[in-house]
Amino acid sequence: MKSYIQDIERALYDVRDEDKSVYKSDAGLTEEIIRDISTRKKDPSWMLDFRLKSLEVYKKISLPTWGPDISELNMNEIVTYVKPNAKQVNDWSQVPDEIKNTFDRLGIPAAEKKSLAGVGAQYDSEVVYHSIQKRLTDLGVVYTDMETALVEHEDIVREYFMTLVPPKDHKFAALHGAVWSGGSFVYVPAGVDVKIPLQSYFRLNAAGAGQFEHTLIIVEPGAKLHFIEGCSAPRYNVTNLHAGCVELFVKEGARLRYSTIENWSRNMMNLNTKRALVEKNALVEWVSGSFGSHVSMLYPCSVLHGEGARAEFTGVTFAGKGQNLDTGAIVVHAAPNTSANINTRTISKSGGSATYRSAVKVTKNAPFAKCSVNCESLMLDDQSRSDTLPVMDIEGDEADIGHEAKIGRISEEAVFYLMARGISESEARAMIVRGFVEPIAKELPLEYAVEMNNLINLELEGQL
Amino acid sequence: MLDIKNLHVKADNKEILRGVNLNVGKGEIHVILGPNGSGKSTLMNVILGHPKYEITGGEIFFEGEDLTALKTFERARRGIFLSFQNPEEIPGITVENMLRTAKQAVTGTKIKILQFHKELLALMKELQISPEYASRYMNVGFSGGEKKRNEILQLLVLNPKLALLDETDSGLDVDAVEIVSQGVAKFHNENNSCIIITHNAQILKHLPVNRAHIFLNGQIVKSGGAELVSEVSERGYAPFEVES
Ligand SMILES: Nc1ncnc2c1ncn2[C@@H]1O[C@H](COP(=O)(O)OP(=O)(O)O)[C@@H](O)[C@H]1O
Ligand SMILES: [Mg+2]
Repeated sequence: MKSYIQDIERALYDVRDEDKSVYKSDAGLTEEIIRDISTRKKDPSWMLDFRLKSLEVYKKISLPTWGPDISELNMNEIVTYVKPNAKQVNDWSQVPDEIKNTFDRLGIPAAEKKSLAGVGAQYDSEVVYHSIQKRLTDLGVVYTDMETALVEHEDIVREYFMTLVPPKDHKFAALHGAVWSGGSFVYVPAGVDVKIPLQSYFRLNAAGAGQFEHTLIIVEPGAKLHFIEGCSAPRYNVTNLHAGCVELFVKEGARLRYSTIENWSRNMMNLNTKRALVEKNALVEWVSGSFGSHVSMLYPCSVLHGEGARAEFTGVTFAGKGQNLDTGAIVVHAAPNTSANINTRTISKSGGSATYRSAVKVTKNAPFAKCSVNCESLMLDDQSRSDTLPVMDIEGDEADIGHEAKIGRISEEAVFYLMARGISESEARAMIVRGFVEPIAKELPLEYAVEMNNLINLELEGQL
Repeated sequence: MLDIKNLHVKADNKEILRGVNLNVGKGEIHVILGPNGSGKSTLMNVILGHPKYEITGGEIFFEGEDLTALKTFERARRGIFLSFQNPEEIPGITVENMLRTAKQAVTGTKIKILQFHKELLALMKELQISPEYASRYMNVGFSGGEKKRNEILQLLVLNPKLALLDETDSGLDVDAVEIVSQGVAKFHNENNSCIIITHNAQILKHLPVNRAHIFLNGQIVKSGGAELVSEVSERGYAPFEVES
């Protein structure tokens, strides 16, 4: 008899559609390709310049020398731009059937009816659906795809775009600056409370392609927003690349909750950059679930820029067979009395590798900074790996920094305790794993929490 | 109900139980008295099939069925319950959730959430456990006494045929022992049985003890009536060591 936690049920995500894109860029990265993408996207000229400069930066920077091995990624093989055969609409009935079916399977239109104030859906490189409740547009809230924003709100985009994550930041930020396409733009005017969440869903269908969506969110003083991002892709035998970029500007006294569930297929290199600039007395809350991809490097960063700014990071990572998920969080305390909480759980099984990596920096401008880090890892078998690599760099005075890390296995005594109450061994183990991620699960949007519980499914073989 | 014959048990290649014989009939309450380290908890764990212990000889029957081939949860579903000497903390699983899952497992029927909630709160009240503990994680951050009362709560919810109470009264103040004792009295009737490991007569106050056993060095060295309990509290175990 043997009990095990099943791999994440991927069948739902793995249904791939026939590639019916109307245009694909050549594989690889050259000035010609960038110019071509820019022309097709009808960029303003400053954006073309931005792309070309980013390309120059990209050529100069080398790959990171730390973290998981990404040498199998061959940029000469990645198709950076795939235009789906669909125009962007705001009515699901006008979305081409195959594409709509995909989003139906993922439950997006149903969720929109039930619990969302706005939805964006991106398929390969372009957004195919976007909608927002009229109530919100009347209040001045903007929720649209980046391309539309570039036309209708060019000044705002130009003021903020890649100022928080500049192309020179690292190789994939530079790549993003050169080839970005799609993504979401949200603008919440001062004092507006967007009570119901907005959700963007990113789906990469084409094989051997990259997805480089850009998300730019500006929450003006005193405003409130919950933004949900979901990602998935079917599985191919060639490597796909996701190098998105998320920039969040949370102004004085504003609150932004940013929830992500990432369930990319197991051929995906997920090298995503997310950063928030948090002003005086503002709050950013990250809720992050990483389940998919072959390799992930993802460390959402909160820059606590104004006095009393706060960040909360809640993350769960589940690495199964063949996965190397390197995730964590970064906090920069750059003003007095700033505070942050980092709370993560990682699970590894069947030879998967999960690394928790964090960096907390307290600058000398940040007296009385408070930061507490709690990361716990659970290895479900002997083949799996788990590491925690927290880095602290404290310059500010009177900093109050706490760190707690635990790496462990399922307690056999706890399994015995539950079995002594009549609960089967497999159910006991599942309960313990679910209990382990419970503090995180309760922060996830409901449908994703249910999904995560389903993921932690247990099966008992040879039970009497 | 429970019949243990010449039970020998090893752990880590060390012999802990050396020929235990014990027969507990339906409706009976037995008390086991013995010094620390004599193997009492081991005996309880072995009755439930703890994987760390190896049975090197002897037999355990429960209602005529050989237990040794059954898994721990199967034994629990047959109606055996252990109140642990050191209850486990299980983060992320609430008392109510765990108990509902357990109740469903031992009864084999689906339990209605609302009705269960009501029954649970009523029992908690009797045991003077405040209601918010229903939604706390199992034993996490509970005091020693709270953990023990939580074990008795589980006993009352699951209503087994045989209750094994391993020092449920140890470390409790006088009032808490009284609550536990009344809890066990509420549970007990002519159709179920108890084995109570204790160092202290107080827990037995409300209970009609049928037999008491002196446990030394992995064996029962003397059995008798309830009077053994006071003998031990007066004179300790030394006289029995000589006898053995
Ligand atoms: N799993 C185990 N592995 C090794 N030794 C054990 C184990 N369990 C108990 N023992 C030893 O067996 C002896 C009896 O322990 P225990 O049954 O807990 O005694 P009691 O409950 O009577 O105090 C002790 O010496 C203890 O250290
Ligand atoms: Mg003991």
